[in-house]
Amino acid sequence: MTLSRWTIALGAATLMAASPHAARAADSVVIGDIDDMSGVYADVEGAAGAEVINMAIADFGGTVLGRKITVLTADHQNKPDIGASKFREWADQQGLNLLLGGSNTGVNIAMAKVAAAKKVPFIVIGAGGASLTNEDCTAYSVHYVYDTTALANGTATAMVNAGNKTWFYLTADYAFGTQLQNAASKVVETRGGKNLGAVRVPLGAADFSSFLLQAQASGAQVLGLANAGTDFSNSLKAANEFGVTRTMKPAALLAFITDIHSLGLKTAQGLYLTTAWYWDLNDETRAFAKRFFAKVNRQPTMDQAGVYSAVLTYLKAVKAAGTTDSDKVMAQLKKDKINDMFTQGGYIRADGAMIHDMYVMQVKTPQESKYPWDYYRVVRKMSGAEAFGPITGLCPLAPK
Amino acid sequence: MSTILGIPVAVILGQLTLGLVNGSFYALLSLGLAVIFGLMGVVNFAHGAFYTLGAFAALLGLQYLGINYWVALLAAPLAVGLLGVLVERLLLRHLYGLDPLYGLLLTFGLALIVEGSLHQVFGASGQSYPVPESLAGVLNLHFMFLPLYRAWVILASVVVCFSTWFVIERTRLGATLRAATENAPLLQAFGVNVPLLVAATYGGGVALAALAGVLASPVVLVNSHMGTELVIVVFAVVVIGGMGSILGAIVSGLVLGVVEGFTKVLYPEASNIVVFVIMALVLILRPAGLFGRE
Repeated sequence: MTLSRWTIALGAATLMAASPHAARAADSVVIGDIDDMSGVYADVEGAAGAEVINMAIADFGGTVLGRKITVLTADHQNKPDIGASKFREWADQQGLNLLLGGSNTGVNIAMAKVAAAKKVPFIVIGAGGASLTNEDCTAYSVHYVYDTTALANGTATAMVNAGNKTWFYLTADYAFGTQLQNAASKVVETRGGKNLGAVRVPLGAADFSSFLLQAQASGAQVLGLANAGTDFSNSLKAANEFGVTRTMKPAALLAFITDIHSLGLKTAQGLYLTTAWYWDLNDETRAFAKRFFAKVNRQPTMDQAGVYSAVLTYLKAVKAAGTTDSDKVMAQLKKDKINDMFTQGGYIRADGAMIHDMYVMQVKTPQESKYPWDYYRVVRKMSGAEAFGPITGLCPLAPK
Repeated sequence: MSTILGIPVAVILGQLTLGLVNGSFYALLSLGLAVIFGLMGVVNFAHGAFYTLGAFAALLGLQYLGINYWVALLAAPLAVGLLGVLVERLLLRHLYGLDPLYGLLLTFGLALIVEGSLHQVFGASGQSYPVPESLAGVLNLHFMFLPLYRAWVILASVVVCFSTWFVIERTRLGATLRAATENAPLLQAFGVNVPLLVAATYGGGVALAALAGVLASPVVLVNSHMGTELVIVVFAVVVIGGMGSILGAIVSGLVLGVVEGFTKVLYPEASNIVVFVIMALVLILRPAGLFGRE
């Protein structure tokens, strides 16, 4: 009889998993969050990002236009089809009003298509691909935290200006890596540097040493790491171990504070990187970080801070527009200036890019670091216009 | 500089060496799988999870108990191996005599539970395990600089692999183990405690995975999904070598590491599928694997 008991238990568990996260109250405002909750990017935003949504809602007062605010979350497992079908399901059955897109450019490109079809405002947080506001742009997309253009403009410009003219790239072999490498190559060329080559590494490679030796053999001065998350950490770790960092300067084209924490300052010291936000910038950022730390026991990444800001920005727009109607809210969003602990004077451009200041950082040495998570020194603050560059004209909504 | 097929000899030698390092991990992991499959008929999908547990045991041992690398090299496989014995006694044991699919599903479920729990507690971004002081240097091989630690990985792996092969194929203990798979009731009639032997076999195979995990911990970031991708490649290695063939697992592990290394130079984009292409070819041309018996 044990078998039948197990069968029943299993059946019950399956049913529980299949039931919707929250039954929709007819009049609540529904915010969804589809992100990598269990894979390589889960610490960048992930479950803690969902926690942040609730923080923002509580800070806003818990309701908007007198309606309750409901949160839905799902794990896209880095698979575009899962992200897109979940988005569609929520739009059709849960009355979704806003979707926050987490990490992974590939998944977010797929979800942007759903946003356009279902006319649901879609704020991309964790994905980097600048194509989201160019060839893949939609009238309902906003790209909030950073993109490949801004990252390249920050890190590549700083490195080339410091005299590091020749580059070789270690590129993650998917949409994001390619876009990042192309953006950096462009910056290097326009600043009078030279791109000596690149090696495309499959996502999630177990070992980077072969690729690193190829990079070293190129004789380039800079090792451009056009990858992210575990790939970034493991490649930098191996670059140190094989002495590649003695002949080449590594440039992190995308690194999060969680990556630096994993690697430790001994390995990461001296690294240049570009970030939209850092927990230790000013009193406001520190106050947010303190609240976040109390819940999650880590310092927030720029994505997690971005989630907080994006939710508040959306709720403010709904309040100002007096409706959740997608077109009216989008118009309102593109009208307002964004002033909070994430950014000052940020604004959403016609192509959907949220234009805000970015920071070029250098990772401190273990001696310079005075307290836990004291990791970055601000090298330069870039204005939003400088970081994100002019409108390219590739997005039909925003002619040049 | 002299070249072969347009590639500098130094590059070829360098990739050969790096291929051997990766091959060492493949060999150690596929060896454990082959032992468990060959002697027990269990397809151990939890192998990657035990590898991850080995790395975490080393990391947590260092952080909380101050256990150094050399002690961890023994203690972590021992602890994880004992866990393996428990798994065999409490769970796997009930599935003998059933379709091998049940064992596969059970171990797959175990892997998901272990990886999910580690993820829940430690997050996704991983932690660094320092290279032990005595192995922190670099060897100048003239064609490349090889971190001393990687050289140690090759040495340790080859020694462990061939000792395991020797024990199973050339000693009395190994003969008894093999007899247990051939005819357990008869062996039991001779007064041998077969259930204990089987439990120890599973524990041993799992300990090999944990040992690979400890060896890998200074090389990669220790995180909850470090074993997930690796174990798929390792399964392909075992299939190529011939399911259950001890020598096949060791040799194909090392060789495939090298083949993969060269792919990384010649056509990097294909480096994560080359092993599977070879697996498909082997399955078509020689279904029992290179070293397997028909």
